This record gives sequence, structure tokens and C-alpha cells, in this order.
Amino acid sequence: MASPLRPSLSDRLRPAVVPAGAAIVAVVLAGCGSNAAGGGPHLNWNYFFDSVFHPDGQIRFGLWLTVSIAITSQLIGVILGTFAALGKMAKFRPFRIMANIYIWFFRGTPLVVQIVFFYFGLSVARIYGWPEINILGFGIDGAIQAGIFALGVNEGAYFAEIVRAGILSIDPGQMEAAKSLGMTYAQSMRRIVLPQAARVIVPPLGNEFNNMLKTTSLLVLISVPELYTVFNRKQGNYFAPFEFYLAAAVWFLLLTTIWSFIQAWIERRLAKGTAGSATSGPGWRDRLFGRGQNPAEEVGLVSGGR
Amino acid sequence: MAAQPHDLLAAIGGVPVPPGDVVVEATDVHKWFGRLHVLKGVSMTIKRQEVVVVIGASGSGKTTFIRCVNHLEKIQQGRIFVNGHLIGYRETGGRLVEDRESNIARQRQEIGMVFQRFNLFPHMTALENIIEAPIRVRKIPQDQAIETGKALLARVGLAAKAETYPAQLSGGQQQRVAIARALAMKPILMLFDEPTSALDPEMIGEVLEVMKELAREGMTMIVVTHEMGFAREVADRVLMMDDGLIIEEGTPEHFFQNPTHERTKAFLSKIL
Ligand SMILES: Nc1ncnc2c1ncn2[C@@H]1O[C@H](COP(=O)(O)OP(=O)(O)O)[C@@H](O)[C@H]1O
Ligand SMILES: [Mg+2]
Repeated sequence: MASPLRPSLSDRLRPAVVPAGAAIVAVVLAGCGSNAAGGGPHLNWNYFFDSVFHPDGQIRFGLWLTVSIAITSQLIGVILGTFAALGKMAKFRPFRIMANIYIWFFRGTPLVVQIVFFYFGLSVARIYGWPEINILGFGIDGAIQAGIFALGVNEGAYFAEIVRAGILSIDPGQMEAAKSLGMTYAQSMRRIVLPQAARVIVPPLGNEFNNMLKTTSLLVLISVPELYTVFNRKQGNYFAPFEFYLAAAVWFLLLTTIWSFIQAWIERRLAKGTAGSATSGPGWRDRLFGRGQNPAEEVGLVSGGR
Repeated sequence: MAAQPHDLLAAIGGVPVPPGDVVVEATDVHKWFGRLHVLKGVSMTIKRQEVVVVIGASGSGKTTFIRCVNHLEKIQQGRIFVNGHLIGYRETGGRLVEDRESNIARQRQEIGMVFQRFNLFPHMTALENIIEAPIRVRKIPQDQAIETGKALLARVGLAAKAETYPAQLSGGQQQRVAIARALAMKPILMLFDEPTSALDPEMIGEVLEVMKELAREGMTMIVVTHEMGFAREVADRVLMMDDGLIIEEGTPEHFFQNPTHERTKAFLSKIL
């Protein structure tokens, strides 16, 4: 029902956002109530409000890490995914085999395993120790590098399918017209097919990035101090899981919400740039609360824009 | 008539003259799609500046044949030479092996193709469609390509549409841009696959007009079409295809006055 390319769990659950929001409010109110009554468990709401309205340095750094790790990993995923898609469609058999093995491995194993394997596994086996590297004066910790690597490589394996579907959605007549003008396969792909496929790929790419923002939280496993790791530590230190996890949820919700506005804006601009095509993506409301119930609408989103 | 093109080929610096007398030489071309035998031994010779119209019922193999001429389709038997070069293959020890991609691409530069469904690049303006290959493939300086491109657009009657995207052009306009795009590569041969059959009737004339002009100026052309008026005006020869073979060949007058083959008579009675 969701994206015909890769129905992700979050897509399928999107219509659940409203009831979930209502549930959070209910929980908060219930918490206040039980507090006021003086009975039940003691909740320190200052932990929550401070984390949300006066985030300390750790939280702010965590936010920054989450966003920058997500962007970098997504970028790697897009590049690897594009090459994997081209490899899968290549005439040259070794390329097809390589692409298929890559996709098979990274889609067939848990991301959690990939993260700990690349960080702990490789360093303990002395294959790669993830030394700190320096980029433009910023020292980048090994765990962060390993995390970005694992997230990016994993994303590439999924993104390959999206790119492939995007390419396949382009009329084969385009490639033939390009070839008939004397362009090589590579030229035809780069100049004619991929730019058209890119427009088809943007909506699912936005959804992938929404997922990526949240998936960065798995880097808690290798102690990257991103947003979730920070709150996980705090809740342990103060033994206040309710307040701190709720605050973590609010921060992630803020990130994904901001992103959905940006995504809607990008897709609107893209629709304008597409001559003759009036199909624009869903607005931010659909994005936040799930799309309409009409599946044709969503198929149109993927095959449209051309 | 909307388009009154003059000196189409002057816009690309005159008629690109093929070196030899014979531009296309196809002998015993066979093509299978899996087990489906689509071309069953097609042979033809096309001389310099000749205009040949190919007719025949749907499914008789017309499209497949002209796609073989620029190697958009592989062939399994026979040979096609364009301008003296074996198309798509090279011969080693009496056997044919598919040629390198770069060689095939180079051969296609000399052969313009116009498709039934135009196949303009929708993300590029009319002018960008035209200058793309000259710049990327022929490595012509951009300003020179733009100059030629604009001249071509003017000659097909679309000077005002240079910055327009294909989706905002009518079918007839799109096809004229597609012809200009093919001409910009200065081909020595033009292939047309039913260039007007996807058009609304009122737009057929403007495209045929451009093609007639091209024929009169001396372009060598293979045209798959059922527009017999076009054939009568500019074709040197008409070939009738049926079930993967050329079954009849002659001047347009021959086909109008005394077609011999039963299949040809039946076919012509349907389209005339
Ligand atoms: N890509 C293809 N795969 C399989 N069969 C094809 C393909 N293209 C054409 N054919 C078949 O080849 C035959 C000739 O088709 P075509 O050359 O398009 O005929 P025409 O242009 O004369 O209508 C038809 O039977 C058609 O179904
Ligand atoms: Mg056809």
C-alpha cells in the first residue's frame, strides 16, 4: 500500500501517528494526574521540559550528530545504491554478480549486526581499527565513522531497488533516441535517463531519509553520542526513563516533522520544474499523518513527474 | 501550411554527401525474436540521395528492419552496410562478432532516426534537445551548436519555440523538433519509422512538408509510412514488406497503377 518500491514499516504505520500522538498526550495527562494525587510513581517533569526547552550541550551535540550522520549516510547510500542499480542492470556479468551479492548480503542481515560487526568485529580482528580522522580541523571519532559506514552501506543496498525502479520507469524510447544520436550507454544514462529517473526517485528518497533520521539511534550500540544515546545515558543516570525517553521521542518527532516540510517543499519545486506535469507530491499533512487511501495516487507519485 | 521550411540542409552546412554511390546495402538480413522469425532474408540497396518508402501491414517487420540499420536490434544472419561500413559487427575469421560499443556509437552518428513517438528528451528544451548530441558526441563548441540548432529550428518553423519543453509542444511540433535533432548530427542517412502515425490528422501535413523538403534537398532517406501522397511526391522507390520479406518493389506509379502481388493489392486497397 505505501511506496510500491519499498513499503517500509514506518510508511505502513504512518496512519497510526494521530492515535499515537493522542496516546502520548493521554499518558502525559495521566502522569500529571497521578502526580497531583500524590499516589503512584514520582515523575520529575523538569527533566522532560528542560530536555525539550533548555537542551544542554550533550543534547545539542547529539542533535547535531544525528542530523549530520543521517545526511552523510544517506549520501553514501544514494551513491552506492545508484552504482548497485547500474551494476544489477549491467550487461557485463561480473558487475551483476557483484551488485547482487552486495544487495543480498546487506538486505539479508540485520543492520544491528552490521553495525557491531564493522566497528567491534573489524577492529578486534585487526582488519581495520577505525582510527580517528581529521576533516577540516574536526577530529572524527572511529565509532562515528564506523556508524556512518554501516548505515550508508546498508542504505545503499535498499536504495539500489529504488534507483532501479526509477530507471525502469523511464520509457526505453529515451535510451534508444539517445543511442540513435551516437551517444554511448554511459552518456545516455548520465545525460538522458538518470536525470529523468531522479525526479521519480525523489519522493521515496525523502521517505528513506525520514527513516535514516530515526535509524541513527541504533548507533547507541557502539556508543556514538547521538541523540538517542544521550537520552539513554541520562535516563540511566537519573533513573527517569519516562521523562527522558519521552523527550527523546519529542526531539526525533521534531526532526522528522521539519524534514517532512522540507520534503514537501522540494517536491513542489520539482513538480513546477517538470514541464507540463501538474502532479505534485503529497503535502506535509499527508506526509505527517499518512497519505490518502487511494493507492492510485501513490503509484502516480512514483511513475509521474515525467 | 504552418511550416514553410527552406534550405533545411543549408542550416547544417549543406547536404552531407556520402562518399560512395551506395549508402545502404543490406543482404539476406534475418532476425529472430526468440523463436519468432521476424525478418526472413531482407535485401536492399539504397543509392545516394534516394528516397525509399517502405509499406506493409502491421507486424510485417518494417520497424524491426529499420532498427537493424542503426543496430538498435541485433541481426542473426546477413549483413548491413551503411556508407561501406558493416553495421554493428566486425568480421573475424569468417565469423561475425558484435562490434565495440564505441564503434557502434560512431556508426550511429551518421544515421539519423525519427521515431513514431518522437522520443524527445522531456527534461530538455527544444533547443537543448537539438544541441545535446552535437556537443556531447561531436564535441562541437557550444555557441556553434546553439547557432546551428536555432537555424534548424527556424527552418522547421519553430524559431519561437527554442526555450519550450516538449510537453508544451503539439505532436506535430515535437516531431519537427525530433527531425531537427537528428539533422543536427549531419547524418548521411535518415530513417523514419511511421513519423506521422501518432499525430492528429491536422498535424500530419506540417511534418510531411519538412520531410518532403528534406527529400528534395537531396537527403538519403528510408521512410516507413502509409502516406502514399508523400510517396507519390518524393519517393524514388516503394518497397512492400510482408511477413518479414520484401515482396514487391517499384516506383510509386507502379504501386498506384498496377501492383502485381495479391497481398500488395489487398494492402493498398485498405490504405488508399
Ligand atoms: N522486442 C520484440 N520482442 C518480440 N517480438 C517483437 C519485438 N518487436 C517486434 N516484435 C514482433 O516482430 C514482428 C514485426 O514487428 P515490427 O517490426 O514492429 O512490425 P511493423 O513495424 O511492420 O508493424 C511482430 O510480430 C512483432 O510482434
Ligand atoms: Mg512499426
